[in-house]
Amino acid sequence: MSNPAKIALTLCAAASLVAACKKSDAPAGDKITIGVLTDMTGLYADLAGQGSVEAAKMAVEEMGGKVAGMTVEVVSADHQNKPDVGSTTARDWFDSKGVDVIVDVPTSSVALAVSEIAKTNNKVFLASGAGSSDLSGKKCSPNTIHWAYDTWALANATGREIVKNGGDTWFFLAADYAFGASLEADVTKVVEASGGKVLGDVKHPLNAPDFSSFLVQAQASKAKIIGLANAGGDTINAIKQAAEFGIVSKGQKLAGLLVFISDVNALGLETAQGLIISESFYWDRDDATRAWSKKFADRHDGKMPTMVQAGVYSSVLHYLKAIAELKSAKDGKAVVAKMEAMPTDDVVFGKGSIDPNGRKRHPMYVYEVKAPSESKGKWDYYKLIRQVPADQAFRAPADSSCPLVAGAAPAAGSAAPATK
Amino acid sequence: MPGITIPALLGQLLLGLINGSFYALLSLGLAIIFGLLNVINFAHGALYMLGAFVGWALLHYLGLGYWWALIIAPLVVGALGMVLERTMLRRLYRLDPLYNLLLTFGIALIIQGLFQTKFGSSGEPYAIPELLRGVKDLGFMVLPIYRGWVTVVSLVICLATWFVIERTKLGSYLRAATENPALVQAFGINVPRMVMMTYGVGVALAAFAGVLAAPIYRVSPGMGAETIIVVFAVVVIGGMGSIMGSIVTGFALGLVEALTKVFYPPASSTVVFAVMALVLLVRPAGLFGKAP
Repeated sequence: MSNPAKIALTLCAAASLVAACKKSDAPAGDKITIGVLTDMTGLYADLAGQGSVEAAKMAVEEMGGKVAGMTVEVVSADHQNKPDVGSTTARDWFDSKGVDVIVDVPTSSVALAVSEIAKTNNKVFLASGAGSSDLSGKKCSPNTIHWAYDTWALANATGREIVKNGGDTWFFLAADYAFGASLEADVTKVVEASGGKVLGDVKHPLNAPDFSSFLVQAQASKAKIIGLANAGGDTINAIKQAAEFGIVSKGQKLAGLLVFISDVNALGLETAQGLIISESFYWDRDDATRAWSKKFADRHDGKMPTMVQAGVYSSVLHYLKAIAELKSAKDGKAVVAKMEAMPTDDVVFGKGSIDPNGRKRHPMYVYEVKAPSESKGKWDYYKLIRQVPADQAFRAPADSSCPLVAGAAPAAGSAAPATK
Repeated sequence: MPGITIPALLGQLLLGLINGSFYALLSLGLAIIFGLLNVINFAHGALYMLGAFVGWALLHYLGLGYWWALIIAPLVVGALGMVLERTMLRRLYRLDPLYNLLLTFGIALIIQGLFQTKFGSSGEPYAIPELLRGVKDLGFMVLPIYRGWVTVVSLVICLATWFVIERTKLGSYLRAATENPALVQAFGINVPRMVMMTYGVGVALAAFAGVLAAPIYRVSPGMGAETIIVVFAVVVIGGMGSIMGSIVTGFALGLVEALTKVFYPPASSTVVFAVMALVLLVRPAGLFGKAP
């Protein structure tokens, strides 16, 4: 080989090809098409991914595969956690593939882009995977409903529980994109409102394999709590390496601000035990969730559903119920208005409602991860610490800065959730 | 980061060296394969991941722990590498190296895809071996014993490999065979077998690094793809095929990354490529490479 520079360039070109694209074709017609836009191969593929597609299909099957005389079809695509890829797919789906509603989207930066596109095209976007509370805050849209959880709810549930138990000084490891920033901001408000203090933070690149440097910085801060404002593989690596650095045995505690059951499964209870986390769904909550989750696991390699996948199921089900009443899916804004007008009720989240800023409201649960000795087997991971009732679990619409809500303080940010 | 103290900086630099030892170990395998076979082995990351998974499988299915994995995983993956070399790579030696790049790239995607389907993306847990658990307080930082072990082992392996290739008779055969295979063959040395063994050793190094990485990083199908791009940058900066170059550059880039993590963390995943671009502009053959 004569020219190393040429090889180097070729290497880089080939590397960018790794991002191979998967798309499904769905011709437009007299039917309803649900597009599951998700991460199929990246760090969020386990908490959403193919499981989200299965969850959407379960909702469709439950409605008999047909609504108001129209057949319902589910298509899916990989957005690779890239806003440009996600936007292109969303536009293509709405413009030429006859997709009526996009669900899931487990990356906030992609979700914020898709929300705009759904508004421009007057279609519907039901976000379950994304976390940023901006989706029902200052970036809210009459075409978007934020379904399973959001950063405000996580901050409110986990943050308050930890500060209440004496964890009053914090240091953040935050993923360097919309979701990480949003989560850190939301938790900071909760911590400060509850009398705690934030000592510092590190913004790490998305999908960072090594956290040692950041953990040592966190260790040096002497904060009692190290808040992990990240998700998926990043959280797993951070917790695993924190154990290695003896962070917990030296007296500091980790707060996993967004930990999914798939993450706990990958960490193993030995490493994850004692973590305080919040979820809106846990498969082993009651008889109904156990029955539904078992059905889900049977068609998804025995894996139990995450709250994101449960959210996709719940959102698609409610969407189809609204269409059954409206008899049309054409006007996205009207569909969302109808969905907001109807109370929600399903096995995964129980009875709930949707706020005028597009925030689905249901209880949140604060869990502690079990020690290996307490677990009866695979997927038996959580014990309940506290239930946050639906009316307190999510931000009040008036505090959301959402322009759709009359009286919402514009751009004032969300007020910290004091006791209410 | 304002107000950083010298001891804190020392701690960060030490962490940089530790990360650098993974880069060195991986880029070493790549450098051997490129230097002696002229193959750009894009499957290296996938084989590194495979090493970690073999380690995990040994524990999970057979109850064989970390120390067994350190021996068995490189053997298994090395053997697989030799099969790949004999059945596929060998057919493309006569063509432009880009053909082998595409072949190994395809192999990487297939292996990664299969594991993704079987294991999902979050990966599997793998604990630190009993003997190497715990931390050592160095005064300026807390060093996990396991990380110290990783650094020492990879340094030893790197230097031993360099010694074998540059300073022993076997190494001289290898280097001669790349210069003029026909002549070396004429001396009665089985060159094709030697090339096959070299590829096997190169990928065995990747598998070894995979087992070393298993207790620290997630054992996940994507772990190779995440690392390999950086490692290629290391090889390019060090000079394609230069063995000492890849070792030194591996450790040096670990240090550069560590400094970035202290002073501007969001750039820590891109700084390596900025360095690569810079080096290519100034020294297109890499820091230790011979000019074409």
